[in-house]
Amino acid sequence: MIRFDNVSKTYPKQNRPALRDVSLDIEKGEFVFLVGSSGSGKSTFLRLVLREERASHGMVHVLGKDLARLSNWKVPSMRRQLGTVFQDFRLLPNKTVAQNVAFAQEVIGKSRGETRKSVPQVLDLVGLGGKEDRMPGELSGGEQQRVAIARAFVNRPMLLIADEPTGNLDPQTSVGIMKLLDRINRTGTTVVMATHDQNIVDQMRKRVIELEKGRLVRDQARGVYGYQH
Amino acid sequence: MRAQFVLSEIGVGLRRNLTMTFAVIISVALSLALFGGALLMREQVSVMKDFWYDKVNVSIFLCNKGDAETTDKCEKGPVTADQRKTIETDLKKMEIVDEVYHESADEAYKHYREQYGDTPIAGMITPDQMQESFRVKLEDPEKYKVVATAFEGRDGVQSVADQRNILENLFNLMQGMNVAALGVMALMLVIALMLIVNTVRVSAFSRRRETGIMRLVGASSFYIQMPFIMEAAFAGLIGGVVACVLLLAGRYFLIDGGIALEDKMQLVNFIGWDAVLAVLPLVLVIGLLMPAVAASVALRKYLKV
Repeated sequence: MIRFDNVSKTYPKQNRPALRDVSLDIEKGEFVFLVGSSGSGKSTFLRLVLREERASHGMVHVLGKDLARLSNWKVPSMRRQLGTVFQDFRLLPNKTVAQNVAFAQEVIGKSRGETRKSVPQVLDLVGLGGKEDRMPGELSGGEQQRVAIARAFVNRPMLLIADEPTGNLDPQTSVGIMKLLDRINRTGTTVVMATHDQNIVDQMRKRVIELEKGRLVRDQARGVYGYQH
Repeated sequence: MRAQFVLSEIGVGLRRNLTMTFAVIISVALSLALFGGALLMREQVSVMKDFWYDKVNVSIFLCNKGDAETTDKCEKGPVTADQRKTIETDLKKMEIVDEVYHESADEAYKHYREQYGDTPIAGMITPDQMQESFRVKLEDPEKYKVVATAFEGRDGVQSVADQRNILENLFNLMQGMNVAALGVMALMLVIALMLIVNTVRVSAFSRRRETGIMRLVGASSFYIQMPFIMEAAFAGLIGGVVACVLLLAGRYFLIDGGIALEDKMQLVNFIGWDAVLAVLPLVLVIGLLMPAVAASVALRKYLKV
């Protein structure tokens, strides 16, 4: 799914690299937590996977493609095979729940019939059946994040990238979101989730990758959030 | 891609930037109207050239008794019958000469009297003060120089005059106006382009949320950029339509109604409606394409895809 070979990334006009010589392998169907303090390189890691940025050194393979060799016009078709979820939900405030989810299908040119079928399906899956016509502003944070997950999943991606999806939510709501992500993972979708939430990581007992100052310092199957420093 | 989805995005974008959209429409309309006007002016000049050059002659004025005393070129005395004869045969031998007509001093006097009638000036002139002349019609009026060099300075020739010179001044004036119109057009065009670039920048910024989400879900860059380009093209097309209306109204006002040049200057041939209509498609196409190209260039800079 994702393979990093000695990847470094230095942003322009900065001396310190954001990622240093990171090598790792994430297999199909895995659930991986990406942990580390702010500035440890988690966001850079995800941006490289999404090809928002290119690596300065080393090779990044996502879904079997070498991203350095992927030409710009092929990037959209690669991103269609990924779903993304963010801390700030990134919903369109002037569209209903159903329209927000359908947006992901409209922009890639899916037919209307297909959208009519798959949108209610995925909304049921995330537990928002019956709220199709609500506006995002009328929903709680947890429900908004469920809409975002529905949008990320509606095109049935191979890989779901989640950047602190529970960062704005209370612990109880977070548990619900994690259950949902776990369910999506069980359908065979690989999930990579960057997080600061110690409880969640400790409860889930999934693979944990820890970054510190851009270096990979821990890669542990069935790990916990971290050692108490 | 769904037409309805795209169209609604365009509508939203145009309404959001209503003032900018108007500014783009107006500046595109003015620059295109000036552009069309300049094209029509050029057409008008060539219509007039065709019309007038047919009627213009080169005149070779011959020396009379009075000239013999006052003009250096005629110091050898008035033209003799022999000289007149050689000039005429030489003229007729030239290939570029179409027709030669000899106007005697008496005839010239008669034309003169017809023009000025019984005004006091007319009484001061006598037939021997008038010059006899050859009126030469050329196959190609542009070849005036050939005739001028052949006959200028010959014995018995006072001067060679090209009536084209008078018209040339008028044409130069019109062409000068043309250049001025094109200069203003270029300026308006720059303004229109800068407005479009700025509009695109503003609307790319105000829609960065949507475009960011589009990018995340894998919309192609064409799909993301198209609403912006269509918006610019749409505004430009409206500007083009306004320019067309201005051109049609302008022709009507100047030539038919309003200033009504057609009535006042009956000797002048004006361009017809067909010439105006021929310019309109070009104006519309440029109105459509120019903003679209400007927008897509601006998007490269302001919209990350």
